[in-house]
Amino acid sequence: MLVVVLDSATPAVTAAVAAVRRDDVEILTLRVSVDARAHGELLAPAIQGVLADAGVKPGELAAVVAGLGPGPFTGLRVGLVTAAALGHSLGIPTYGVCSLDALGWGQPGTVLAATDARRKELYWAVYTDGERITGPAVDRPDEVAARAAAAGARRAVGEGAEKYELGLAADGPRYPVPEALAALAADRVRDRAPGEPLTPLYLRRPDATLPGQQRKSVLQ
Amino acid sequence: MKSEPLVLGIETSCDETGVGIVRGHTLLADAIASSVDEHARFGGVVPEVASRAHLEAMVPTMQRALDTAGVTLADVDAIAVTAGPGLAGALLVGVAAAKAYAVAADKPLYGVNHLAAHVAVDTLEHGPLPEPAVALLVSGGHSSLLLVDDLASGVTPLGNTIDDAAGEAFDKVARLLGLPFPGGPPIDRAAREGDPASISFPRGLTGPRDLERHRFDFSFSGLKTAVARWVEARQRAGEPVPVNDVAASFQEAVCDVLAAKAVDACRTSGVETLVIGGGVAANSRLRVVAEQRAAKYGITVRVPRPKLCTDNGAMVAALGSHLVAAGAQPSSLDLPADSAMPLTVVTG
Ligand SMILES: Nc1ncnc2c1ncn2[C@@H]1O[C@H](COP(=O)(O)OP(=O)(O)OP(=O)(O)O)[C@@H](O)[C@H]1O
Ligand SMILES: [Mg+2]
Repeated sequence: MLVVVLDSATPAVTAAVAAVRRDDVEILTLRVSVDARAHGELLAPAIQGVLADAGVKPGELAAVVAGLGPGPFTGLRVGLVTAAALGHSLGIPTYGVCSLDALGWGQPGTVLAATDARRKELYWAVYTDGERITGPAVDRPDEVAARAAAAGARRAVGEGAEKYELGLAADGPRYPVPEALAALAADRVRDRAPGEPLTPLYLRRPDATLPGQQRKSVLQ
Repeated sequence: MKSEPLVLGIETSCDETGVGIVRGHTLLADAIASSVDEHARFGGVVPEVASRAHLEAMVPTMQRALDTAGVTLADVDAIAVTAGPGLAGALLVGVAAAKAYAVAADKPLYGVNHLAAHVAVDTLEHGPLPEPAVALLVSGGHSSLLLVDDLASGVTPLGNTIDDAAGEAFDKVARLLGLPFPGGPPIDRAAREGDPASISFPRGLTGPRDLERHRFDFSFSGLKTAVARWVEARQRAGEPVPVNDVAASFQEAVCDVLAAKAVDACRTSGVETLVIGGGVAANSRLRVVAEQRAAKYGITVRVPRPKLCTDNGAMVAALGSHLVAAGAQPSSLDLPADSAMPLTVVTG
């Protein structure tokens, strides 16, 4: 079964066509552009590109798999509204995957996965043999380092772990791994599970500040 | 005869998620989901709250529009979307959705200017716009007079507000009077019970010197301050504030200036059609005052029904349909959302 895979939770704008087979998952075509400010411009051409490269027509797709974040809101929403609209127009199910899970996936031992949440904070989770044991959450780097150590993490993956000193060796992937996104949804694809609403993992409340200053009613 | 193009329009520039469907100049569906209630307690639109609401509302609103029009995406000839101006994060949700629908259904994409769409929407009510026409665009973020030679290729600005937009003035004065957000509709209602001649508020940029330099420009910030001073003086004197009279007198001052300058622009340009668009065009008094002033000079005033004046998807579809009919070039898939898209750019 052919699926399109998207993730826009990090600066890596990711689109892929994957084959989900009975026993494995294979990425057939892939486009990744790293640009924190241009998700809206890059994603749709990337999707059209991976479909064309794979010689796959949209109508042949069986599902859409999308990274739910956590990630900076604006870019994250580009991916999720794109996935939702693709699923809607093609009449196929959409499945969500935590984007940090696609970093921790397949990693042996206990590892921290961390991505940049801006405002000097990190989105993070801890994995043991690929299973999430803590998180996802958003915290300051010192807090993340302490909680990751308490959870027994020995290594870290993800660009967030390179950006800040967390006392853990940062190796492995920097951005959500396309094969992992597909693999983490593969059972749902094979089972033709009901599609899911793609609810973003915002982890933060909206900033309720208005552009410009407020003025109180003089009648109060 | 080949039937007219079926065009879908997506609008997410502010707090309304809109999907409209038109065939030529015929409106088939105008589905809207609004997050206005979530913003009301803040007294203005909170961008992140609006963007979150757009993401949730996009697919359901699209489905409602398709159901209402009785068509499928496969039937559609083109997809238009507001590319700007507006709130950056909000615009991006609509633009990304439009691209995904365009890729999935293999349809041409047109990124369009929200302000030009506020003008184009009148074609759904009154048919093709005689060109040239003068457009008075009065909304929450803009107040402009435009010369429209051809909506498909661009408009020529004649004048703009030099401070607040007309809708912004309604919103700020409503706040002063303790009326809810957005302020246009409650002021419109309160004014019906008030006397528009009871208080003489200033008409911005209408003095002889102003008319030399700012003939077609607007200013509403002095008016807003005058209303605030008047209300405060009442309160200091321990007297009740006659909300209906203040609303009516304020509204009269706004409508008077808008109509006078719009009619002047028509006469100066030798144009016989004035079209009014944007949220403030929904104002019941503006229609009356503009028609009275225009009638003297044989100028026809076109104002769409109130629901089409405020933000909606139908206006985007209307402009898209005009662009398709004019053979305009579709946008490419890397179309950016442009929060500061200038008025003179019709399609991105
Ligand atoms: N009946 C009315 N009388 C006066 N003003 C009104 C009325 N109805 C709506 N408005 C005003 O219209 C504005 C909203 O218009 P619109 O939706 O076109 O603005 P916007 O999309 O926020 O701004 P822009 O179009 O400039 O980007 C608000 O300021 C509102 O108070
Ligand atoms: Mg508007």
